[in-house]
Amino acid sequence: MIEIRWHGRGGQGAKTASQLLADAAFMAGKFVQSFPEYGPERSGAPITAYNRISDERCNVHSNIYEPDYVAVVDETLLESVDVTAGLKPEGAVIVNTAKDPGEIRRELGDYAGRIYTIDARKISLLTLGAYFPNTPMLAAVVAVSGCVEKEQFLKDMEGSFRHKFEKKPQVIEGNLKCLSLSMDSVKGTGTKGVSI
Amino acid sequence: MSIRERLSGNEAVATAMRQIEPDVFAMFPITPSTEIPQYFAQYVADGKVDTEFICVESEHSAMSACLGAEAAGVRAVTATSSAGLSYMNEVLFVAASLRLPVVLAVSCRALTGPININHDYSDSLAERDSGFIQLYAENNQEVYDNYLMAHRIAEHPSVRLPLMVCEDGFITSHAIENIELEEDGAVKRFVGTYQPENYLLKEENPLAVGPYGVSAYYMEARVAQATAMMNAKKVILEVAKDFEETFGRHYGFFEEYRMEDAECAIVLMGSSAGTAKAAVDELRAEGVKAGVIKVRVFRPFPGEELAKALSPLKAVAVLDKSEGFSANGGPLFAETASMMINLDERPKMIDIVYGLGGRDFTVKAAKAVFERLLGIVKTGETGPVYSHMGQREAGE
Amino acid sequence: MKKASEINEKIPWQELTTGCEIYEPGTSRLTKTGEWRSRTPEWIRDKCKQCVLCAPFCPDSCIPVEDGRRGEFDYEHCKGCGICIRVCPFQAIEWREKI
Repeated sequence: MIEIRWHGRGGQGAKTASQLLADAAFMAGKFVQSFPEYGPERSGAPITAYNRISDERCNVHSNIYEPDYVAVVDETLLESVDVTAGLKPEGAVIVNTAKDPGEIRRELGDYAGRIYTIDARKISLLTLGAYFPNTPMLAAVVAVSGCVEKEQFLKDMEGSFRHKFEKKPQVIEGNLKCLSLSMDSVKGTGTKGVSI
Repeated sequence: MSIRERLSGNEAVATAMRQIEPDVFAMFPITPSTEIPQYFAQYVADGKVDTEFICVESEHSAMSACLGAEAAGVRAVTATSSAGLSYMNEVLFVAASLRLPVVLAVSCRALTGPININHDYSDSLAERDSGFIQLYAENNQEVYDNYLMAHRIAEHPSVRLPLMVCEDGFITSHAIENIELEEDGAVKRFVGTYQPENYLLKEENPLAVGPYGVSAYYMEARVAQATAMMNAKKVILEVAKDFEETFGRHYGFFEEYRMEDAECAIVLMGSSAGTAKAAVDELRAEGVKAGVIKVRVFRPFPGEELAKALSPLKAVAVLDKSEGFSANGGPLFAETASMMINLDERPKMIDIVYGLGGRDFTVKAAKAVFERLLGIVKTGETGPVYSHMGQREAGE
Repeated sequence: MKKASEINEKIPWQELTTGCEIYEPGTSRLTKTGEWRSRTPEWIRDKCKQCVLCAPFCPDSCIPVEDGRRGEFDYEHCKGCGICIRVCPFQAIEWREKI
């Protein structure tokens, strides 16, 4: 089982990203959970969402305290939220930022595990013409976690986009390009800064 | 053939409603059940259902509209949570005493105060004396399945009582998980059409409902209603049997998980049961004879059956996700313990109130409960019978 | 089907209808509300102009009207509220001395 924790701000779509990941894993034949941690909804306030992905139905219904992966949709959260809390040593954190993984490591203090970055803004503007961080983040999490095999993922997502954008077929190609470019653009550093 | 899908609990309920296509849906929104009428409104707008969708001005009116529709002889449903359910309170008792089989979906949420939108059972369990049948679910699959069975149980001539299909607010209602849906036609065939014998404007014999019952009648009416609740036990099992034959999934009054040779067990309801099962799996791997009983039917309460299942154990912890403020323990404990009183062989029992207002319940917490039970098995001493778990304590 | 006339304070709970439903209209006729009366109105025919204003005001429909003319009170159901006395423009209804 893979457990993932998402950090975002209200309105940025971390919850939606977690749902998209559940969709992708579901289409690949997995058992999924996608759930947000709810409080009073405030735009811009830090929010957390979770995924469990496994080959068998997962009965546990608690929040996730020791995730395999952490996805940070908004890098400004690094200052206020302990995003790597409980993150497994062999796990990884994936941050939406224009910075390099090495720079992010300096911001994460004692954290010694793997760090990946993706410039979701740049890729999103390039492929979609507007800033939608969810799609690049989804692709980055799939690429890093390997929770769904790449070819399968791209194939399933194409089917999903064709269905979802039935009345706007012109946006399908951009979304697919966004996914594949994002998967190829993830940059990472291994444990203690070893490049990978 | 079942359809493999992934849905939240609320969408699962809305889907079941779409498939059943009730005649009337009287709605008033409240977190976390709002999505149910929201999804259903879309079905109405898209012409997928031929339901009269009434936007009323309060939950009191929502239940009142359902009551009127049911008296007129049609299927009526609604959904609510927390303060909304409390606001229905008066009309819940009326619906039950008029013996009108309204089906009410409840996404269970804490009651104020302090104000809180997260999950516990203080709303639904506060209505335990309302005369509604109450079914509880561990996940989206169970809430969907319970909903498919709900109308048949409620409308059965020997029962004719309203019914609450309860799910855990947010934890189940907003979590997307895999689910096996049934085909629309198969659901319609299973649920059947509603043909009440009498209704308000029946030409041959117009019906009058809600008469004044002086002391000379009230007691008799209440005994008849209590008998209907007892009759519901048989019908719940009959419908579950037919459900299993039709769709292949088994349901009873409660689920016994690894109870065959268990020495200690946790009794609880809802999504926490899955978490407790994971704890049992870990403990079983270490050779601990632990089990879980998940109560699905709270009204009618399967006291006799539950007592029989618990009788051979050495120690039992009932986990209550509703305070109850009895100063002796929560409602699930009171109900469970009361039926043990006449058994010759019975376990030591404790009650732990947990998970209030969305306080998370983890595998670690479930294991801590079993740790306490093992201590009771060893020493024979229960320690405090009634306690709370998961709160911050001074001096910790 | 159970008739309203068969429901009374002697029957056991098993014989009550489900939810105390009543399967016929107009069953209030079966309850002799006239027994509750503590004062009785009397129709003074000599003074009556047959304006029939009293009939629609009677809350218990105890003033029968046929062919546009009122008849004698239905004392089986008249509760003696006196509204008819108040509304009659011709003082053609008065309290009787005896109940």
